[in-house]
Amino acid sequence: MPAQTFTVNGEKVTVDAPDDLPLLWVLRDLLGIRGPKYGCGIDVCKACTSHLDGEAFNPCAVPVAEVAGREVTTIEGLADGDTLHPVQEAWLEQDVAQCGYCQAGQIMAAVALLKRTKNPTDAEIDAIANVCRCGTYFRIREAIKVAAARVG
Amino acid sequence: MAENAAVDRRTLLAYLVAAPTLTVAVRVGADTWAPEAAAATPEAPAATPAAAPAALPDLLPDLGDVLILAGAPTAHLLTLEIAEDGTVRFGLPRAEVGQGLTTAVAMLIAEELDAPLDRVRVRLDDARPELLFNQLTGSSNSVRSLHRPVRAAAAAARARLVATAARQWSLDAADLSTKGGAVHAPDGRTLSYARLTARAAAPRTEKAPEAPLKSAAEQRVVGRPTNRIDARAIVTGRQEYALDLDIPGAEPAVVRRPPTVNGTVEKVHNTADVRAMSGVLDVVEIPTGVAVVAKTFGQALAGQAALRVDWGAGTVDDLSHEDIKAKLRKAAPGFLPPLLVEHIDAEYDFAPVSHAPLETNSAVADVRADRATVWTAAQSPIAARAAVAKAVGLPAARVDFHVVQAGGSFGRRLFFDAAVEAAQVSKASGRPVRLMWTRVDDMRHGRMRPPTHHKLRVTHTRGKPLSLQHRVASVETDVGHGVGDAITAGLTELPGGNETLAQTMFRLSMRSPYALGATAQTLTELPLKLHTGSWRSVYSGTARAAEEMFLDEVAAELGADPVAFRRERLKNDAQRKVLDAATGDWGRELPAGYAQGVGFHEEYKSRAAFLVELDARDPKKPRVTRAVIAVDVGRAVNPRGVEAQMLGGLTDGIATALRAGLHFDKGLPLEGSYSQFHYARQKDSPTDVRVHIVESGDADAEPGGVGELGVPAAVAAVGNAYARATGTRPRSFPLHFDVDFEPFPR
Ligand code: FES
Ligand code: FES
Repeated sequence: MPAQTFTVNGEKVTVDAPDDLPLLWVLRDLLGIRGPKYGCGIDVCKACTSHLDGEAFNPCAVPVAEVAGREVTTIEGLADGDTLHPVQEAWLEQDVAQCGYCQAGQIMAAVALLKRTKNPTDAEIDAIANVCRCGTYFRIREAIKVAAARVG
Repeated sequence: MAENAAVDRRTLLAYLVAAPTLTVAVRVGADTWAPEAAAATPEAPAATPAAAPAALPDLLPDLGDVLILAGAPTAHLLTLEIAEDGTVRFGLPRAEVGQGLTTAVAMLIAEELDAPLDRVRVRLDDARPELLFNQLTGSSNSVRSLHRPVRAAAAAARARLVATAARQWSLDAADLSTKGGAVHAPDGRTLSYARLTARAAAPRTEKAPEAPLKSAAEQRVVGRPTNRIDARAIVTGRQEYALDLDIPGAEPAVVRRPPTVNGTVEKVHNTADVRAMSGVLDVVEIPTGVAVVAKTFGQALAGQAALRVDWGAGTVDDLSHEDIKAKLRKAAPGFLPPLLVEHIDAEYDFAPVSHAPLETNSAVADVRADRATVWTAAQSPIAARAAVAKAVGLPAARVDFHVVQAGGSFGRRLFFDAAVEAAQVSKASGRPVRLMWTRVDDMRHGRMRPPTHHKLRVTHTRGKPLSLQHRVASVETDVGHGVGDAITAGLTELPGGNETLAQTMFRLSMRSPYALGATAQTLTELPLKLHTGSWRSVYSGTARAAEEMFLDEVAAELGADPVAFRRERLKNDAQRKVLDAATGDWGRELPAGYAQGVGFHEEYKSRAAFLVELDARDPKKPRVTRAVIAVDVGRAVNPRGVEAQMLGGLTDGIATALRAGLHFDKGLPLEGSYSQFHYARQKDSPTDVRVHIVESGDADAEPGGVGELGVPAAVAAVGNAYARATGTRPRSFPLHFDVDFEPFPR
C-alpha cells in the first residue's frame, strides 16, 4: 500500500493508504483525528470542513493522494495551545452550538471566509453552505460579525 | 394548586447515602410528584364532538405530565456526589442531544448548592433498568420532570455541608453561609466543600434533614443567561459523539440496505470478491442488510457499494407519495353542510420529513460470548438495552449500555436500530465494531415524521365563531419502545380510558389556546408500515400549525385582522402577553412583495408567538428576513438555552414550511442527502432575529417545556406570511417541493 505523506496541524505524517481513500477517513480512522465529522461523504453537508493550505475544503471528497506534501488543518489545529482562535472565542461568546456536530465545520468555514474578506457582508455569510440541522444559523452569523469586528 | 405545591415542597425527601464522600439521593413520592397532573381531571375525549371547551385548560394534564407520573416512583434513584477535588457529580438519566439539558441541570445544582457552575459535572447515565420509566427523553419533559429532585438533592447536600462545618467550628449552622463552593463563618473563616465532603459523608444511609429550596427571588444562577457547559469542547473539536470514541479494536462497519423499506436479503452474490477488497475485514449478513467491516469507513463504504445482492420485498413497495396523500384525504372524514349556521372550511397536507440529525444513526458495539457493551446516543436506553440483549441472545443483565451525547435527534434517537445492528455485526464478525449509517440510508431507511392531512371547519353566526372542528388523518406514528410503555404506565395514575395509545397521545397533546366555541380535534391513523417517528413533537408540529394557518383564513373571512382576532380569542392574559410581545411591529410598512405572518402555540405549560417577515418578491424563492419571537416558559432555567431552542424551532419552521420534505416513491424516499432534502441553510435564514423571554409574573412558576414548543408557531407564521405576501394560501407543505434532483441509485 502506498505511503502518503502530508502535514496535518503542523505535524508531518506518513500513513499507508490507497491513493483514492478519501482524506476524511485517513484523518478519522487512521490518524485518530476526529474533529472533522461525517455528515454526507459527498461534499454536500460541509460537516467535515477543514483547511488545505489555508483554504476551506472538504476532506470527504478529496482522495488522500491529492494532499501529498500539502498542509491540512483541522479544528484541532486551529487554537494556539490553550489560546483559542478569535472565531472560536466569538463562538463561545455567542453560545452558538446546540448539538455541536456541525460546528467544527462551521468554524473552519468562517475562519476561511474571514481570511478572504475582513468584513463579510450578509450575502457572503449566506454563501457558507454548511448545514446546521439544529438551526443555529442566526448565532453563527452574529458570531462571524463579532469575530470580524475584533480581527478587522 | 398553590397549596398542593406547598405540600409538595415539604415532602421532597432526600437521603444521605453511605459513601466515602458526601452522596445524596433523592426520593419523591408519586402522589406529591406532579400535583398538577394528579389533581386535574382529563377533559372529555376529543372524539366526542359535543365536548365543551375546558374552562381551565392550563390545569389539564398533557403528555409530559403522564410521563412524569410514570417516572415518579423511581425518582429517588437520582444521586449527587461531592468529590474530594470539590467537583460535584451528577448522573443524568436523560439524553443530551443539543437541547442544553446538561447545562440546565448543572445550573440547578450550582444554584442550590452555591457551588461554581464550572465545578459541576453532569454525566449521562448508562441504561439503568431500575429506573423503569424514568430514563426517557421526550415530550420536552426533562427539566419539567427533573428540576425538583435535582434541586432537592443539591439543597440536602448543602445543608449537610453546613452542618458539618458548624460542628467543626462549634458554631450554630444558622449563622453560616455558603458561597463559591465553600461554607463561610461570620468571622471570615471558610471551609471548602472539597475539604468538608469526606467528613460530611454519612456512615450509613439515612434520611437527610429537611432543606428548603431557594425561592425564585433568591436564585442567582437559575434564570441568568448561561453558555453551554460543553461549548469549549465543541469549538475545539473535542466533544465526542459515538463514532469519535476510542474503543480499542473497534473497526468501521457499514450496512448495504435493500432498495425498498423493510426489504430482506435473499442472496449475496460476491461476498468473496468484496472480502478481498482493500482494507475489507469481513462481510456479514444481518436481518436488515449486509454489513461490510473494514479498516476505514472509506473502505467499508467502497465494499458496501460493490456488493451484489438479491433483495426480497419490503412492506410498502407499491406505495408512492401521491397514493399516500390520496389515502390520507380519504381517511379524514369529510364534513356535512351545517344547518342554520355559516361555516368556513379548509384543508392542509404535510409531506413526510426526515429527522436528519447531522450525526447519522451510529453505534459502537463489542459483543463477546458472555457479555456485550454498547455505546450510542439514546433517548430510551432501557428499552434499547433490552433490544440489544435479545438481538444477540444474552440476558439483559449482561449488556452494558452507555449513553453518548448525540449530534442532534429531533425524536430520532428514540429508536435504537443502530445499536442493535452494531451488536449483530459485532457478534457475527467476532470483533468490536463502529457502525455508521450512510447519509443516504439515514434519509431513506431512517425515520420520518408521518405525512398528514387536515380538514378544518369553523362554524359561526354573524361573525361569532361557534365551533372549531379539526380532523387529522396521519400515517401511524411509531412512538418507539419505551415511550408507549411509559405512557401506558403513567396513565394508570389518571382516569381516562381504554382508548388506543395514539388516541391518548393525541388527546393529551392537542389543545386549542383559543375560545372558538365547541372544539373537537380527532385523529384517524392509517396503518401503513413506513418508518415513522415523532418529529420534534408528536402531532402538534403539523396539526397545530394547520390550525394556526386556518385561523388566519377564518379571521380574513370574518373581516378581522389576524393578530387582533387571535388576541380576542385567546383564553387568558398570559397568552395575550406573549402574543403582544411578539407583535409590537405588526403592520409595519414593508416593501412590495414582503409580508408579515404570525403564529401562536401553547403546550408543555409554555407558550410562544412567532412573527416573521418574508421576502416573496420572487414567490419561487421566498426568504424569511426577520423574526420576532416571544416565549413564556414559566421559570426559564437558562434563558440563553430557551432562546437557542426558539432559534431551532424557527429554522425547522422555515425548512418544513418552505422546502424540506420527502417524496416516498415505490417503497423508498427519493431524497438521499441534504442536496435533495432541502433543510434550511444560512441563505434561508433571517438576518435579524429577536427573542423575548416573557415573564409570566408568577414568582412560583415552574419550568415548562421548551424543545418542541417553537415548531408549530414557526411553521404557521411562515405559511401565513407567504399567503399574505403572494395572495395565494399554501395548502400543501413544503410549499416548494419539486423533485429537482437525480435520485441516487437504490
Ligand atoms: S461529510 Fe464532507 S461535506 Fe458532508
Ligand atoms: S449544532 Fe447541531 S447540527 Fe449544528
